[in-house]
Amino acid sequence: MILSNKQKGYTMKFITIDKNNWTKGIDKSRETYQLFGPVKDENGCLIKKLDSDVQPDMGYYESVMSAKSVLFPQTEKILSASLDESLEDHHIMKRAENDYSPRAVLGIRPYDAKAIALVKLNFDTKEFQDPYWCDAYDVTVFVGLGITRPGPFDFSTSVGTGPFCEDDLDILLADLDDHYLAKILTPKGDAFAITCGFDTMADEKESQVLFDILRKEAEKNITSRVEINKLKDKTILDLHEADFWDDLAFSCINCGTCTYVCPTCWCFDIQDEARQKQAFRFRNWDTCMSPLFTRHATGHNPRGTKVQRVRQRFMHKLKYFLDKYDQGIMCVGCGRCVKSCPVNIDIREVCNMMNAYEKQN
Amino acid sequence: MENPYIPYPVRIDDIEIATEDKSLKTFKFVFLNKGDEEKFSYQAGQFAELSIPGVGEIPIGIASSPVEKGFVKFTVFRTGVVTSYLHNMKVGDIMGIRGPLGNWYPWDKLENKNVVIIGGGFAFTTLRSSIVYMLDPSNRSKFKNIDVVYGARSPGMLLYREELFEWEKRSDINMHITVDGTDDPNWKYHKGFVPQIVEQNAPKADKDTYAIICGPPIMIKFTQPSLTQLGYKEHQIIMSLENRMKCGIGMCGRCNIGKELVCKDGPVFTLEQINQTPKEY
Repeated sequence: MILSNKQKGYTMKFITIDKNNWTKGIDKSRETYQLFGPVKDENGCLIKKLDSDVQPDMGYYESVMSAKSVLFPQTEKILSASLDESLEDHHIMKRAENDYSPRAVLGIRPYDAKAIALVKLNFDTKEFQDPYWCDAYDVTVFVGLGITRPGPFDFSTSVGTGPFCEDDLDILLADLDDHYLAKILTPKGDAFAITCGFDTMADEKESQVLFDILRKEAEKNITSRVEINKLKDKTILDLHEADFWDDLAFSCINCGTCTYVCPTCWCFDIQDEARQKQAFRFRNWDTCMSPLFTRHATGHNPRGTKVQRVRQRFMHKLKYFLDKYDQGIMCVGCGRCVKSCPVNIDIREVCNMMNAYEKQN
Repeated sequence: MENPYIPYPVRIDDIEIATEDKSLKTFKFVFLNKGDEEKFSYQAGQFAELSIPGVGEIPIGIASSPVEKGFVKFTVFRTGVVTSYLHNMKVGDIMGIRGPLGNWYPWDKLENKNVVIIGGGFAFTTLRSSIVYMLDPSNRSKFKNIDVVYGARSPGMLLYREELFEWEKRSDINMHITVDGTDDPNWKYHKGFVPQIVEQNAPKADKDTYAIICGPPIMIKFTQPSLTQLGYKEHQIIMSLENRMKCGIGMCGRCNIGKELVCKDGPVFTLEQINQTPKEY
């Protein structure tokens, strides 16, 4: 499978990690890995880089933002140049220095890992590879945490992932009160576990049975779903011209929250800054909800109205992406956009509406 | 891994004012590293990001032609932050060029065909590149008749005037130069809008004739019916689109028309392809 982070020939195994040893092991890994994980602050829970004295909050319920920023920071310096004309290389842009020592994301949710695999289709292509995203991806270990209590907005099981989905993870942890049962899925995951000193083998058969029970229990609690089976057969133009976009977009205030919280939204802007004799080029998260996103220098704007922008977002996720890559839709069912939308626009309803749409002749 | 965001360093070798109102200038660049010119090998119809450190980047069609060696040329309209800055730069200044980007006019498909080139205003840059390419002695025999309809508001707003008038004198290319209006009593070319001149002067369609259009949206919109009237089918009308761009390599997400990215899948599309996508350009 193209999307999988797994390497051929590796046999997965199970280990148990006593929670009393967890912190010690994680602290040990800090010598080798930059750690990222869930941290609660006044804005809720975010997946952030962990300072050396900060422990990941592994008991977290859900994070406001996804883990996409681990590979794709909200703002990232990509190039720099000196503007000092006395230097030989003035005005010649070079790649900005960045730390690509090994990283580990602790407690990433399985749907967020799946989202990273989808985003990879954009940043790692046949013709061009985005070196910042790809270099970060290559050094990152994804230590997943299964979801035992799915939230009311979770519809991950109907879009090809789920609360205990192993795809695109290096390790999947199940929280069993006083210990974690860890399924080591890749050599990368194995290396991380060894670095932490986590090496108490667990019985493979029993562990798998336990994982299956946990997965089924969690999946049973996901009652929300979307239908996507008919999206493929519709034409882009029919869906684009469908009659529901005006009503749907009516309440939207184009705040862009849905795009920022989305684990699969990857659109970005590039901006330059100059400070004294130094020039920097940054890339920042952008949003298709902003009129400026597409406005030409002449003032002409191909998506100048709100309804065009709302339609773009859903068409991109649910149709263009599907047609372009044939890897499903660009949504992992985390439900963040549904929960965060200030005017209650619900991608589940939009998806079902698109899936059921029949062109009226 | 090649870093597609790093521009090739170039030096501004020459700056020419291109139109009478000075809103357009043609910049000639030479690569600081000899090897980069080789890496920047391009086809007529492609574009590049002109990259000014600390200011920003702009996607601009390549106006020089693949048959012209030792430099690259871009004609730039002063309109935003980066283009205004560029217009104030001087010969000798160092900046960057990232590319070549996007696809190009389908030169393979156009071999042994009649080619009609239709341009308006300052969207004539990649068309200039194309004409110079086709007229090159090593290429001219690959194409049958070449017709060019090019219009601007006034004589002084025509780009590459000296070349236009030279081409006018040649027998292996049919030039139909037009202006919206002029009070110059000595103006010896057409007067009128591009769609009308196309209808009156462009060759009628047959299966071996293709039209390439590049111009402002309004000109494209009104030229299509003229071509349809002359019998051109959707697959015989080739267009170059523009949309706001940042990365130029299909990643930043803003220039799409449907699932096609203008920067990477385009900017050149046939009308047949465009008619399959939402018209968000």
